[in-house]
Amino acid sequence: MFPIPHFKGFDFFPHDTRIPFMRWKGICVTASAILMVLSLGLFFTLGLNYGVDFKGGSIIEVQSKTGPVDLPEVRQTLGDLGLGDVQIQEFGSPTDILIRLEEQPGGEQAQQDAMVKVTNALGDNFVQRRIEVVGPAVSSELRTTGTIAVLVSLLAIILYVWFRFEWQFAMGTIAALTHDVLLTVGIFSLFQLSFDLSIVAALLTILGYSVNDTVVVADRIRENLRKFKRMELNELLDLSINETLSRTILTGVTTFAVLLALFFLGGEVIRNFTLAMLLGILIGTYSSIFIAAPLLGYTGIKRDWSGAEKGKKSPAVASGA
Amino acid sequence: MLHFQRWKIIAITLTCLLGALFALPNLFSKETLQSWPGWLPKSQINLGLDLRGGAHLLLSMDVNDVRKDWLDTLRDDARAQLRNARIGFTGLGVQGGAVHVRIAQQDQVDQALKQLRNVVQPIGNALLGSVGDDISVERGAEPNLIILQPTDAGMQQRVSNAISASIETVRRRIDTLGTAEATVVRQGWDRILVQFPGLQDTAQLKALIGETARLSFHDVHPSISGEEARASRPPPGYRVYPSAEADGFVYLLRETPVVRGDQLVDAQPGFDQRTNEPIITFRFNQSGARTFGRFTQENVGRPFAIVLDDKVLSAPVIQEPILGGSGQISGSFTVETANNLAIQLRSGALPAKLTVVEERTVGPSLGADSIEAGTRAFVVGGLASLTMVTIAYGTFGLLAATGLIINAILMVAIMSVLGAALTLPGIAGLVLTIGMAIDANVLIYERIREELRAGKSPIAAIDAGFSRAIITIADSQLTTLAAAIVMFWLGSGPIRGFAVTLSIGIFTSVFTAVTVTRLLVALWVRSIRHKSRTVEVPI
Repeated sequence: MFPIPHFKGFDFFPHDTRIPFMRWKGICVTASAILMVLSLGLFFTLGLNYGVDFKGGSIIEVQSKTGPVDLPEVRQTLGDLGLGDVQIQEFGSPTDILIRLEEQPGGEQAQQDAMVKVTNALGDNFVQRRIEVVGPAVSSELRTTGTIAVLVSLLAIILYVWFRFEWQFAMGTIAALTHDVLLTVGIFSLFQLSFDLSIVAALLTILGYSVNDTVVVADRIRENLRKFKRMELNELLDLSINETLSRTILTGVTTFAVLLALFFLGGEVIRNFTLAMLLGILIGTYSSIFIAAPLLGYTGIKRDWSGAEKGKKSPAVASGA
Repeated sequence: MLHFQRWKIIAITLTCLLGALFALPNLFSKETLQSWPGWLPKSQINLGLDLRGGAHLLLSMDVNDVRKDWLDTLRDDARAQLRNARIGFTGLGVQGGAVHVRIAQQDQVDQALKQLRNVVQPIGNALLGSVGDDISVERGAEPNLIILQPTDAGMQQRVSNAISASIETVRRRIDTLGTAEATVVRQGWDRILVQFPGLQDTAQLKALIGETARLSFHDVHPSISGEEARASRPPPGYRVYPSAEADGFVYLLRETPVVRGDQLVDAQPGFDQRTNEPIITFRFNQSGARTFGRFTQENVGRPFAIVLDDKVLSAPVIQEPILGGSGQISGSFTVETANNLAIQLRSGALPAKLTVVEERTVGPSLGADSIEAGTRAFVVGGLASLTMVTIAYGTFGLLAATGLIINAILMVAIMSVLGAALTLPGIAGLVLTIGMAIDANVLIYERIREELRAGKSPIAAIDAGFSRAIITIADSQLTTLAAAIVMFWLGSGPIRGFAVTLSIGIFTSVFTAVTVTRLLVALWVRSIRHKSRTVEVPI
């Protein structure tokens, strides 16, 4: 009646792993702390290569009708317009170029005027594929909302974890999430990748994914705390991480694979966006194992959970059926 | 967890079928959908501007323009009030955001205050009632000085009204470009968002909405030339206006116009019959025609000036009275500028200047490329996820994969019904949700494996797997939802599209993982039990 092939799955990972994660916690936490400081240092010295969303200015993507673009020639033509720093780069294919204008002095209208100058200078040999002009007022607003968005998400997530678990879990989550955001920002700073609004969206998604990972491990830790009341804490943390390891890796690999498809096939426009998420998945997976869990060991978690669950009802699931 | 009541099975199946029904229109072209019977759903996913190509313009209103305009009106009103009451005054003018006036006689100041308060209007709304006045009329520091100052609330209301009026005007102007799909909406306090699908060259669009197009007809000062007035001081009630052409010529005109552009009922581009130059022909409404007729009758042989946005287009000499209420404007137009101006005059003047503060335009070729790239990434990413879960969990994986496909169908259905715009990051969100939705299945199945290893019976293990994993799934999805909501609030256009698909995906993936897949597993278990007494879990 159910014509479904009967076959067993391929169990990728050994389930009796006893990887002593906690033995490395000193090294990992120290290394991560150093990397976080380095990222902060990069952020304050080298800074981020802000895109037009945050810095103001214009982007024009054009496609040549006459074959590959002669970049030096275009540089020459546009450099002579007196529009300050004009960046020109190939974009995806030799016939496509991306032109970046810095914000022009003289307010909102000046941005529009500069755009007209560039369009006229390029002439009829190019088709406009994309134009983005962000004036000074909007870019400064986007900077504010971008910062607030990241902070509000962090706060919302932390409050949630605090509400669902103990404050020690919330501490671990804060550390892990801050770590993820800082390191991603650090990499964007180090390689001077364009940082715009879509990267903030990617950062928020990373937060969501990373906390997802952290919560799964934390859930298991809490369960085991109830189950093995006398087990040594480090041992218990190791056990919990090992038990959830197959899930962590399988989910991570699928998500990563999907993002790789987006990175290679999804087009030039969202490449940086997917790159940020690829980095974030790696960093986020690492942090829930090596940052969030060990911190529980340091903060000293309450051991007896037998009475806690009665008073604190867990929120209902959206569709329990 | 494996027992389903009959009505639940029916409800779940029905939900999935409804989803498929609402997702179905996306497989057909718009033309095919036209021929469908009326009761079938026809709405398709709305493609965002970055996929279909189009222009996104954020316009900001010049608040100072609104203030200046208001103060000018206020000054004229004050003059009229004082004249009506026969109160002598000097030095009426706009100074630092307020109208100042000095009453000639000390004993008339109280009467003047009373008289001037006639122009004050209460502001408020239906909900709160009156919340104050739009202007404050107070004595100044000197004994005879009266100051009329707009209040903050008054200014707010003024800008608010100006924005509403501008939206109407902008919409009328855009409609002439021939698309019904453009949207013009208010954003924030003093901004207007224009979204125009399919348009690539925004130059004409910007030319159309970039001018306020305030037209007026003015009396020219009979004896003093513009040059003389600029050198000294213009006489009271008169002002120096520059020429619209860059020839540096100036005119001295009476500040209050004879007729304003809002008295026009029609304006059309055309050609001058003698010179063949592009011109604009116009027609006044009745009262405009009457005023203009009387004015031209009294001033035959003298020039009058046609002023557009404070610049003089032309100053022809009145040859004969213009009584029919129609006329023409010349002034070195090109065919295109004449056409634009005619549209602007027909659709009315903007209350204040609008400046483009953000522009995002995507050409149709890039849009098409993005759709192609997005689809390819979606198919490859989706197939990768389905393959992975099938390999990892065998038959149960296959059931989960079915769940994932239903998940995708449900997402498409919800997007179609809501009419939410699908953007390129939105497609990324769609693929990512499928990838992350697997997490729910992984949590459940890993749990089942664990329980099996712990020695539970297959049925008990499956049961425990679903019930124990649900809490974890809820935890992890809710936190992602929090991030998605913040993103929705933060983002414009494409990012918002990402947030929307991500949020919808969270709901559908929880539903499919804990309900649909569980039902499939339950049905499978039931069919196996039917055949043999023992159940071996293929996982």
